Amino acid sequence: MEKTIHITLKIWRQKGPQAKGAFETYQLNDISIDSSFLEMLDILNERLISEKKEPIVFDHDCREGICGMCSLYINGHPHGPDEDVTTCQLHMRKFKDGETIIVEPWRSRGFPVIKDLMVDRSAFDKIIQAGGFISVTTGGVPDANAIPISKEKADEAMDAASCIGCGACVAACKNGSAMLFVAAKVSQLALLPQGKMEASSRAKAMVAKMDELGFGNCTNTGACESECPKNVSISHIARLNREFLKAKFKD
Amino acid sequence: MTQINSKIPQGPLAQKWSNYKASQKLVNPANKRRLDIIVVGTGLAGASAAASLGELGFNVLNFCIQDSPRRAHSIAAQGGINAAKNYPNDGDSVFRLFYDTIKGGDYRAREANVYRLAEVSNSIIDQCVAQGVPFAREYGGLLDNRSFGGAQVSRTFYAKGQTGQQLLLGAYSALSRQISKGSVKLHTRYEMMDIVVIDGKARGIIARNLRTGRLERFFGHAVVIATGGYGNTFFLSTNAMGSNGSAAMQCFRKGAYFANPCYAQIHPTCIPVHGEFQSKLTLMSESLRNDGRIWVPKKKEDAEAIRAGKMKPNQIPEDERDYYLERRYPTFGNLVPRDVASRAAKERCDAGYGVGATGLAVYLDFSEVINRLGRDVVEARYGNLFQMYNKIVDEDPYETPMMIYPAMHYTMGGIWVDYECMTSIEGLFAIGEANFSDHGANRLGASALMQGLADGYFVLPYTIQNYLADEIRTPRMSTELAEFAETEGAVQSRIQKIMAVKGNRSVDSIHKQLGLIMWDFVGMSRTKESLQKALDAIIQVKHEFWTNVFIPGESEDLNVELEKALRVSDFIEIGELMARDALHREESCGGHFRLEYQTGDGEALRDDENFSYVACWKYEGDGKEPSLLKEPLIYESVHMQQRNYK
Amino acid sequence: MKLFIINSSIGRKLIMSLSGLFLFLFLTLHCFLNLFLLGGPSAYTAVNDIMELPVVTIMVPILAAGFVIHILYALWLYWQNYRARGEVGYASGKKSETTSWAARNMVILGLIVLLFIVLHLTQFWAKMQLQSFLGGANQVHADQSYDLVANQFRNPIVSILYIIWYWVLWFHLTHGFWSAFQTIGIDNKKWQPRLQIIGIIYATILAVCFTSINLYFLFGFGA
Repeated sequence: MEKTIHITLKIWRQKGPQAKGAFETYQLNDISIDSSFLEMLDILNERLISEKKEPIVFDHDCREGICGMCSLYINGHPHGPDEDVTTCQLHMRKFKDGETIIVEPWRSRGFPVIKDLMVDRSAFDKIIQAGGFISVTTGGVPDANAIPISKEKADEAMDAASCIGCGACVAACKNGSAMLFVAAKVSQLALLPQGKMEASSRAKAMVAKMDELGFGNCTNTGACESECPKNVSISHIARLNREFLKAKFKD
Repeated sequence: MTQINSKIPQGPLAQKWSNYKASQKLVNPANKRRLDIIVVGTGLAGASAAASLGELGFNVLNFCIQDSPRRAHSIAAQGGINAAKNYPNDGDSVFRLFYDTIKGGDYRAREANVYRLAEVSNSIIDQCVAQGVPFAREYGGLLDNRSFGGAQVSRTFYAKGQTGQQLLLGAYSALSRQISKGSVKLHTRYEMMDIVVIDGKARGIIARNLRTGRLERFFGHAVVIATGGYGNTFFLSTNAMGSNGSAAMQCFRKGAYFANPCYAQIHPTCIPVHGEFQSKLTLMSESLRNDGRIWVPKKKEDAEAIRAGKMKPNQIPEDERDYYLERRYPTFGNLVPRDVASRAAKERCDAGYGVGATGLAVYLDFSEVINRLGRDVVEARYGNLFQMYNKIVDEDPYETPMMIYPAMHYTMGGIWVDYECMTSIEGLFAIGEANFSDHGANRLGASALMQGLADGYFVLPYTIQNYLADEIRTPRMSTELAEFAETEGAVQSRIQKIMAVKGNRSVDSIHKQLGLIMWDFVGMSRTKESLQKALDAIIQVKHEFWTNVFIPGESEDLNVELEKALRVSDFIEIGELMARDALHREESCGGHFRLEYQTGDGEALRDDENFSYVACWKYEGDGKEPSLLKEPLIYESVHMQQRNYK
Repeated sequence: MKLFIINSSIGRKLIMSLSGLFLFLFLTLHCFLNLFLLGGPSAYTAVNDIMELPVVTIMVPILAAGFVIHILYALWLYWQNYRARGEVGYASGKKSETTSWAARNMVILGLIVLLFIVLHLTQFWAKMQLQSFLGGANQVHADQSYDLVANQFRNPIVSILYIIWYWVLWFHLTHGFWSAFQTIGIDNKKWQPRLQIIGIIYATILAVCFTSINLYFLFGFGA
């Protein structure tokens, strides 16, 4: 039959952005190990609602690991202890019977808490708006096969582009740095001929915005890479550094 | 009876769109700045439309319920996007893409719309490449293609198993560029609550700021709905948790027709349901059917032994396996359209050959391709999908076949629109999955991305000008107008009504109840009896909701349960509409399969004489039956025939 | 352009890495010269004459500036990063895997190294080069400096402290080396493990050489 476990949850509850938060402890019994972490929270929320209490607020949407909306810092890791997954793909089979699980929101100056486990990641949008695009307007572009791109470059660009903007890199970083996120976009576009035209201004603008929004300085600890659910490599950070410094010395 | 005017341009099929563009009205640049357009939704259709309209110089207000436009569920599309580029030189053309789409939709789509879609498909690929979308490439540096269901050519462009993500991020980057320029103003964590109609024209929306819970008013000279489909009516679906049909229902209640609500697509390759706590179903890309072979045991005893856990799939010898799609459809094999593949899986499982603990699963087997091409090749093609499967099911698909089962995926039906993507309310437009127009009764794989982007990049930015050209003298209106206040008041009282129920049921529990009814009675195979049963049961669910739902917290605060409740209240209405439409359509076509109407060998049996029309449902008031209007479907370029994939 | 080394995170990091690499060079030279201690007083004295050259005199303030900049920038970056982390820490700690233990503890390692530098400077530099700059009467000339080193290093407490210092420095250098290249942008997927290994080998050679000199005197060798 289906295997189940008992767990103790310590979950961060915070009424609003200005409110003071604290941990609350919940006991959950007979949780199927085949349920996902968020389904386990659904079960807890159903119970809270049945007790006429407010459910725990957390961000989530696609529940298949691609939208980047789910977050949660679980037992010392963004997206929990499993490798290469987002929280929505984390399953309860990764936890032991009787285990205490601590669930916290992303912690970083760039990501203020909105409520409970929900944080504001609009800083990422602002960084993209600063230059994370190629300035083409709709229509009037060349044929898709007009510019060949080596498979190697295209694949590397794809690896960078697989970033889902979840913010686990910032959450894991002891410096609260957003370098991996910024690097993923700068690197993707710098690798493609279409993006080369604006490579300099893009790197400068995005880094400036990142700094302005209060993210920290990268010290190459690599925590971001090891926690990235999409395995975006810190080699992209090296490319960002290169692009940025090249741009600055050109000025 | 109200006449339905679909505004299809004159002329031969291939020239309709050019003729339209040549004679349509345009808005000059100085006037564009004075016109406000509200775009609700930031998926492929919404983001591409908002970006393109912003580029043109309109003043755009863009809304999404998530924390960022990049979260829209278009992002989850895996397999690819179709275009008639014919790069592989395998005989593709605009006409063939058009024909395949019409045929795939079981001759229930509008010819002119589908042709236009095929026509602009190539520009989409060009656009995306220019934006930096890293499509898969050959070693020579040119773009790679793969094949998808319902086609005999390879016309699908892809970016690993994350095509939707890459296309959405492309549109998101174009949108971000316009936001930085100030031509688009973005509102995240805002949910549309109703549309404001003034003198018969859409003039704005009431939206709820999800962070504060407060209602806010927004004016627009035109309103564009790009809010996706209503598949979550089934509770369990491949849609995101937040995907909903509320915007469509708000339009419906304000007088926009709801077209073909019963056309819903059940996707054949999803990870099977495994428990009551399950919150959603995960899709395994259709692209897997390029190389994976679908089978069940030939012998019932074997299937039973597998279900009991006494036997492993690998123990069943080759000649004891029933590759039922290859057997029934030798020409298309595992690549038959989705509706056909889903029904075939259900047929086998219902007959007792299903596998998995529940018996509601079939195998998707990669052993043959792994032996032929090696594990590395398979990993390069589908690595991320295999990893996803492994994380969810805890089984390694390289070693043992995947288990799959059909699940609710996409809704072909939606808000009725004319050729210009305008609904039956003037100034109200609907694009992407939210409208009904291009997929008929069944959508082919890799066509949703194509349609969303076609509408947003290349169709709406033209057609909306034909409307707005007459609005250049309309000044920006104050949101203090009585119509705004009234609409906000109505929304407020709906919210208060839900808050005031203070019953004992959670929103999810009622939603699950609705979902089960939908799956059992309005699902893959429908009958007159099942649909009538569904209608009765849905009325009970509705009653239960309005008398027994419980919403904790305050309405003027971040309140997730209230958000869900508002959506579920609309899902209940949509469910009813789906059942009603399915009941009235006494034929089988595409995703709509009525057991009473099938051929001798179990294929969908259309009734072109009586049902070759778009069913447009018109709201007649709360608690009243909606009335039915018909837009006849006239085929000038293709000959309607029984779909044949054998 | 003017101020990007102050105003941008990558600019500040560039200064960290360039000053770090400069100190690396200095350490290498220092180590190389010290190895002559193993050759006895005459070998050491001969080499030490180099230290009297004017070019060295010019280099000293530059070197000092290198130290000061590296340290000041480190503290500045640390302060900024501390603020960027946000006000509330994680109750469940940070268990993310990092490239190395040193990577997480560069500031602490750096501070320990700094403490020893102060000790080291008062012990040797203040009596040797500083005096030569000041032209003071207490100047220890090259020929006497061998004895100074030998005497100090024969003290087991001093030598053991020095050896600990070398290995703290070793940790600092293992991360510092490849990290400097990563920051300058001379790195990629292929070269990251290579640079990390080169860094470890380099740091190990330095630490072993320095350690061997102390052990040499500690065990009573040398004149």
